[in-house]
Amino acid sequence: MTNRIIACGALGLLAGALVGCGPGSKPVEQGTLNKVLNITVGTEPEDIDPHVVTGVPEHHIITALTEGLVAEDPVDLHPVPGTAETWEVSDDGRVYTFHLRENAKWTNGDPVTANDFVQSFKRILTPALASKYSYMLFVMKGAEDYSTGKLKDFAQVGAKAIDERTLEITLNSPTPYFLSLLNHYTWYPVHIATVEKHGGLTRRGSGWTKPENFVSNGAFKLKSWRLGRKIVVEKNPDYWDAETTKLNEIHFYPIELETTQENAFRAGQLHNIYNLHIDKIATYRKEHPDELRIKPHLASYFYRFNITRKPCDDVRVRKALAMALDRGSITKNVTKGEQMPALFYTPPGVAGYTARARIEENVGKARQLLAEAGYPDGKGFPSLELLYNTTEGHRIIAEAIQQMWKKNLNINITLQNQEWKVYLDRQREMDYQICRAGWTGDYPDPNTFLDMWTSWSQQNQTGWARDDYDGLIRKAAATQDPDARLELFQQAEEILMDELPILPIYIYTRVYALNPAVKNWHANVLDHHPWKHVDLEVKAAQ
Amino acid sequence: MLKFILRRILETIPVLLCVAAMTFFMCRLAPGGPFDEDKQVTVEVRELLNKQFNLDQPLHKQFIQYITHLPTLQSFKYPNRTVGEIISQKFPVSAKLGFFAMCIALGLGILFGVIASLRPNTYVDYIPSSLAMIGICLPTFVMGPLLMLVFSLQLGWFPATGWGGFSGDQFFASDMVLPSVTLGFFYAAYISRLTRGGMLDILTQDYIRTAKAKGASGLRVILKHSLRGGLLPVISFMGPAVAGLIAGSFVIETIFNIPGLGQDFVKSAFNRDYTLVLGVVMFYATLIIFLNLIVDILQVTLNPKLKFD
Repeated sequence: MTNRIIACGALGLLAGALVGCGPGSKPVEQGTLNKVLNITVGTEPEDIDPHVVTGVPEHHIITALTEGLVAEDPVDLHPVPGTAETWEVSDDGRVYTFHLRENAKWTNGDPVTANDFVQSFKRILTPALASKYSYMLFVMKGAEDYSTGKLKDFAQVGAKAIDERTLEITLNSPTPYFLSLLNHYTWYPVHIATVEKHGGLTRRGSGWTKPENFVSNGAFKLKSWRLGRKIVVEKNPDYWDAETTKLNEIHFYPIELETTQENAFRAGQLHNIYNLHIDKIATYRKEHPDELRIKPHLASYFYRFNITRKPCDDVRVRKALAMALDRGSITKNVTKGEQMPALFYTPPGVAGYTARARIEENVGKARQLLAEAGYPDGKGFPSLELLYNTTEGHRIIAEAIQQMWKKNLNINITLQNQEWKVYLDRQREMDYQICRAGWTGDYPDPNTFLDMWTSWSQQNQTGWARDDYDGLIRKAAATQDPDARLELFQQAEEILMDELPILPIYIYTRVYALNPAVKNWHANVLDHHPWKHVDLEVKAAQ
Repeated sequence: MLKFILRRILETIPVLLCVAAMTFFMCRLAPGGPFDEDKQVTVEVRELLNKQFNLDQPLHKQFIQYITHLPTLQSFKYPNRTVGEIISQKFPVSAKLGFFAMCIALGLGILFGVIASLRPNTYVDYIPSSLAMIGICLPTFVMGPLLMLVFSLQLGWFPATGWGGFSGDQFFASDMVLPSVTLGFFYAAYISRLTRGGMLDILTQDYIRTAKAKGASGLRVILKHSLRGGLLPVISFMGPAVAGLIAGSFVIETIFNIPGLGQDFVKSAFNRDYTLVLGVVMFYATLIIFLNLIVDILQVTLNPKLKFD
């Protein structure tokens, strides 16, 4: 009897194991055949309203759906005509006149007009919307005053619709990177009537960004958005340049965990791994070199010093700490992703700018400086705590630095990790001595890295302020001659590297994997990939 | 029984209020807020945001607004969704995963437990018992990737991630197998231990010997006479287990990228998404209380020694 039960159990198990067997065609293979790109851009987008969001995943999705005045060249991202067919710049470099193309249309059939842009700029600058990123528009005349409520009349702001298809933008000062800036989603137009219909212009998170309501003007239109599952965009046949658009659909999957991204990629569910885990780099280099991509990224990894607290209030201490590191060893043995050891702050080669200033890595000098500061051989050095947000990658870097300082300067520091929001809060409140930080450039120009250390910047958070530094950044903003302007940035960065309110560590790289079937995907420092050019090629797919 | 149920429901109200108050105030005491981001916003913008989300109101007013309007409140992190929308979109996924996992857990667990109890301390006992021990010891974050490695990456039988197939709407799709098995196996291990223990107690009872002496068949003795008593420990375990299963598992949902509510349970706290945290906690609190009530009723029905009072 009991034997029979045991046999039944075994049969049941076997049946259970067989349920669901049989391989189906994989999404990637099917996708490549049907020109459907399956990718992940990391986390779930918070929203797809260009005037509300701030994140990178949002950028990737919004740029598929919406187009600004100019677009980006897929190879080097130089500005090419977008919604504006042509434009002129005034002699003083302050007034841009854009001529919108006749066949630029919203997905509901309305033409895209100059007034759409003016009203969109007005919306993001309206104080009641409280856009976190509105400062991207502050190069425009009167924009900052309007956003803080100082200026009530939007007609005073430098954005004017001359007629249906002519838009004039007046800037505070000649801004050489202005056209690149226009590719930031904060400058994108929204369909005002649609936004107004769903809860008004100044309500964030109104229903206008839901698939059934969303109206856009880009190469793709929103097909569906299911929270936590995926966002699907499909080719917009009415887009003015629909001929260029190669893909029929893009499926954006929100997958946060690196290992899950990799598993999905290996199982043929995704065309990419957005972030490849550092432990996998060696394996991919050996086994899948055609899939591995390691590319320089416009981002800097550094530590902030709180210069209002001991011992980092002393520039000699800061210098000693900065000199006593072996950054090459950190990038080679710890981060392992071909990052560039940073002896300066601004990533090199940005708009023709590579910092002249260099931090000297010199242990002997570092010891001497520390002794001059009153701590010979580390004696009497006060307690020093390094704050970072709880992530494995930050911990191992912090530990390497802790060891280097112990070995080279004979000082002990403690490491403290805090959950993300606590860490941000403590940084904002300046409740730290040294803290980890990173900065990704908003646009390809040294200004995005250097203006954050001015006394008025919210991003400074070190307590450091210098009049001559502020002056240089101000002067650079008003300088039209490109060489003279870069020279001002050079001088500013020299001050920064001499004063060291921050400790540069390395320049980021993007480490990811891409299915070889994906074509027209060009590496660039901003990691932008204009979607209408991206293609899938059957031949190369396995 | 009706009186018993009514009384239990009335008891629920103060419990839920306590849970709401604790969640709300603990969230507010935690440093950092929903608008803290890598790129800091200006003081003016922060104030405007606080105003827009009513964070400038006194705390008690906010609390009252939160508990009276919870489902229709905006999420801080995903502003174009309300708390109600997020829960109603994501809970069914967690519930379905829990349901499949529970079927596996009960099926395998009871089967193994019964088999093991019939021949205690022989290989028939040792094999399922050791399997159960492995199931208990192997955490889901080891088991999940292990199954994925074998059945998805090596054999290619099942997808590695996702839920509901390519369209995302199928009632049962192959991508549901691995997460359900991972979650189910963990609970199956416990259930088989509990079943084995419960059955061993019952099988030595006099009335079982009487039933056998009467000439009842082996299967009948097990199904009719032993299981009813032998499963009582399993039933008490099922209350919290079912809650744990359908509440969604953060680990499983993250590993397999399943769009369930378990992820929001954890992430909303990290995001300081005040409204969503409260919404999810209140939802689960209600669910757990309700499930415990069902278990209590079941226990009384199965065990004549217990009464509704």
